[in-house]
Amino acid sequence: MPEQFKMILKHADSAGYTPDMACYLRHGGYESLKKALATPARTLPDGKTQSPQEVVRDEVLKSGLRGRGGAGFSAGLKWSFVDRRSGKPIYLICNADESEPGTFKDRQIIYKDPHQLVEGMIISCWANDVKLAYIYIRGEMPNGAKLLNQALKDARANGFLGKNILGTGYDLEIYVHRGAGAYICGEETGLIESLEGKRAYPRIKPPYFPAVLGLYMCPTIVNNVETLCHVRHIVAMGSGEYAKLGTPNNTGTRIVSLSGDVQKPGYFEIEVGKVTIGQLIFDANFGGGLKPGRTLKAIIPGGSSSKVLKAGEVFKLNRKGADGQMTKVDVPLLDLPYDFDSLQGAGTMSGSGAIIVMDDTRSMVDSLANLSAFYAHESCGQCTPCREGALWLAKGLHRLEHGEGRKEDADYLTHIAQNIQGRTICAFGEAASWPVLSFVKKFRDEFEARGAADEAARASGAGPTPERKLAASPQP
Amino acid sequence: MSNAPATTAAPPPVEKIRIKVDGRDVEVPKLLPNWQGKLEPTTMLQAVQIAGGEVPHYCYHPKLPVAGNCRMCLIEFGTPMMGPDRKPVLNPDGTPKIARSVLPYEPQTPRGAIACATPISPGMELYPSSPATKQMREAVLESLLINHPLDCPICDQAGECKLQEYSVEHGQANSRFVEPKVHKPKAVDLGPRIVLDDERCILCTRCIRFTRDIAGDDALGIVNRGSYNTIAAWKDGAFDNNYTLNTVDICPVGALTSKDFRFKMRVWFLKETKSVCSSCATGCNITIGSREGTIYRYEPRDNEAVNGPWMCDAGRLNYRWVARADRIHDVYVRGVKSTWETANREIHALLGRAPEGSVAIVAGARQTTEELYLLKKLATRLGALTDSIAREGEPDRLLVSADRNPNSNGARLTGIAFTEMGIQLPKIAEGIAAGTIKTLIVFGEDVTKHGLGADLLARLETLIVSDILPNATTAAAHFLLPGCAHAEKRGTFVNTKGRVQKFMKAVEPPGDARAEWEVLHEWVHQVTGQNGFSTIEGLFNQMAREVPAFAGLEWSKLGDTGVTITI
Repeated sequence: MPEQFKMILKHADSAGYTPDMACYLRHGGYESLKKALATPARTLPDGKTQSPQEVVRDEVLKSGLRGRGGAGFSAGLKWSFVDRRSGKPIYLICNADESEPGTFKDRQIIYKDPHQLVEGMIISCWANDVKLAYIYIRGEMPNGAKLLNQALKDARANGFLGKNILGTGYDLEIYVHRGAGAYICGEETGLIESLEGKRAYPRIKPPYFPAVLGLYMCPTIVNNVETLCHVRHIVAMGSGEYAKLGTPNNTGTRIVSLSGDVQKPGYFEIEVGKVTIGQLIFDANFGGGLKPGRTLKAIIPGGSSSKVLKAGEVFKLNRKGADGQMTKVDVPLLDLPYDFDSLQGAGTMSGSGAIIVMDDTRSMVDSLANLSAFYAHESCGQCTPCREGALWLAKGLHRLEHGEGRKEDADYLTHIAQNIQGRTICAFGEAASWPVLSFVKKFRDEFEARGAADEAARASGAGPTPERKLAASPQP
Repeated sequence: MSNAPATTAAPPPVEKIRIKVDGRDVEVPKLLPNWQGKLEPTTMLQAVQIAGGEVPHYCYHPKLPVAGNCRMCLIEFGTPMMGPDRKPVLNPDGTPKIARSVLPYEPQTPRGAIACATPISPGMELYPSSPATKQMREAVLESLLINHPLDCPICDQAGECKLQEYSVEHGQANSRFVEPKVHKPKAVDLGPRIVLDDERCILCTRCIRFTRDIAGDDALGIVNRGSYNTIAAWKDGAFDNNYTLNTVDICPVGALTSKDFRFKMRVWFLKETKSVCSSCATGCNITIGSREGTIYRYEPRDNEAVNGPWMCDAGRLNYRWVARADRIHDVYVRGVKSTWETANREIHALLGRAPEGSVAIVAGARQTTEELYLLKKLATRLGALTDSIAREGEPDRLLVSADRNPNSNGARLTGIAFTEMGIQLPKIAEGIAAGTIKTLIVFGEDVTKHGLGADLLARLETLIVSDILPNATTAAAHFLLPGCAHAEKRGTFVNTKGRVQKFMKAVEPPGDARAEWEVLHEWVHQVTGQNGFSTIEGLFNQMAREVPAFAGLEWSKLGDTGVTITI
């Protein structure tokens, strides 16, 4: 039976582990930082030399570390895009605005082991010649901000942060900035705008790629909390050892947030791709199965914005055979390895690593109405398709949820959502439309039945009168 | 060849990029000016414009930072396909294979790019007329319209509304929206000159960007979230800088309206006349909107050399005096209503026998260059002292000039005034006091406020005054002649930078008022015996031949935006 593989959370949940400096140091804290700062320059086979910082950046690239925030983009590649010739300062921002519904992994690190994040950040900053970094933390985590500030203070007192870190001459300052409660602040360019003191309107790309024109129009790296923690472990064990964790192209571990209709909701750190969705839901080591007498209906595999997967679905995935050839293999939902590529192959994404399990008691119409209300509320309203479309979807679903549906609402919702995805400034357009597109596509009969029932009720005079329709609408 | 004279260095060759627009080969510059005039990679929108096409847009404005929020300019595009060897993949016929941009997670669906902000690259193909592009526009328009109040019949923007225009051109006839609309504040008092209808607003943020980045006043912003987003001033009524009305011009819909103009006139009834603002020496180019002899509004007219697309509120609203009830309508001779024939006959006789040096002329720098030129001709014949009167105010960093006369340079170049305007006035006062100056001709100034008080004027044998509105000088006139506002005649002003700009006649003058240059043309003919021109074109061209500063100019070559001369 697969088990958790605790690397990031190795100590956090152990008895007596506290989030203070002394405890962290007792558990080998800041040793990776010391190791990183002592990295020697190296000469490559082609005769080129790498500075110590380049060596660490190269290690992160070779480790195969992929961003744990949602997009799953190679962290090393992201770092490689940074404009290092502009002469401008390079900033690093830790995205701790964990707000994707269903996700509760970063806060485990922040609350239980803040120094791990700080150490990962200092190493990442040093490797990228960053002198000033920020932790943008969700406003709803005031204690997390307090803990991080304490951790930064202690790191400064111990010479890990501030001027002349560990006598190397390297200076770095890190500040904590609290958000004010908006989902869009987790979008990296929205976060940057917010950090600059503005409305968190995501920036258009081109031209505002953070790696070139980020915070204060300077090159900027934005990494997720969990991603930055992994840097510490890559330095500690070396990229080769790290890359052995997980599966090829899906290396390392990741913390999965499991919620919904399971016996044991919670967070579980796994080697990426070594555990299947079925095991995460049903194994005693993880979710422990559904509630008694229930059957699985659907799962949302990577945070609420990922496309829903239906129980019983079978996916065609590319698998490398023993002969090295790629072949299409049928993989049922429960056998899907929980990793970046498999879920992408299944037409969805592992996103923020949050699995929401839905059993047969759940109405897909009502669940989607709930999700869409969230996205309508959180759309920043900057660009037209998302601003108008997200609320339109929410209103349509609200109507359907409250007995005022129509048979054509399944198509109606699909068309609205199709006009949002891919046409917006940021990925929020996808976040708002993907749930609708996938719910309606995979549970179309449920949506049509609801609309047909409402029409029949109206025809018989039992349904709500048309006048009531005006009242039934979500308010701001 | 080697003997060819050295000419001015040719401009550096412009690097070009070859692309395709709707299947046609087009060559466009690699770099083009951005909103600040700085060279930046050419955008898809600029490229399509060069190719003779148009990309509909709301938030994009060539003189504002790019926002990219309206999504109206989304177009389908493709780029040359690259093989694993990083070489272009070719079709069987040898042409490069084009990879159309698609959604990464849904390769059968085209992905558009916002033309306003996306740079072009060599070999790129733009499809501004493809079905996918049209569908994207339709969808954006549908989104913009679902919560729009559709109150065109009572909206001031109707007739010049981009939402109307694009809906006709790119939209759908029917709505499938069955949900209740979002309601937002109506008739919001944004500032002393602006009213906002938040329900009509499409949140393009042009007003915010203009106010922040051009006017330098961070007065506007957005409150609330998502579909409930609302434009607001930081405090009710706080939108009060001297450029607020430009936001009404650039508002693509009827959200921002001018308190001065709203509900006054349907725009399609307005006659548009090209003119120049007369409120300061900047000479912002304007369009006068008038109907049946009444002026309803001034709007800025784009002129890169002068005002760009902007003008100040003070200048824009400074038109009501043209229609004031107390305008001088009639000719008066010694207080008695008379006719031009009578007055002119007496003036011609009087000036014809005036001894050298017995006449002085004060002409306002709000008269046209042609009028000042004719007055100077008269002054030369009469040996008259001449001057103009300076009018000063606080300048600003954008358009308003410290010189509040529209034609100070015209007065200087024609020789009516010295560089330091008003330096001759004390001499004229002395002459009147000493009795050597017996006749004073005043055009468009109240000299009693500038050292030639009523007591001095009382000593004159003859005071000839042409003006538009009554004042202490017109009250003392022996000959009072009704003049024209610049909107009532043609002519030129020379702005503070030496831009010679012509303006056209928008409305008829009231009563017996005549364009001053027509009257002066007669005087010059009668007094000096010289022949002149009875058309403004001929008069201007004559002036250009005689006044060195205007050498080489021709009325017909001034164009709509003028010509800059060395001053």
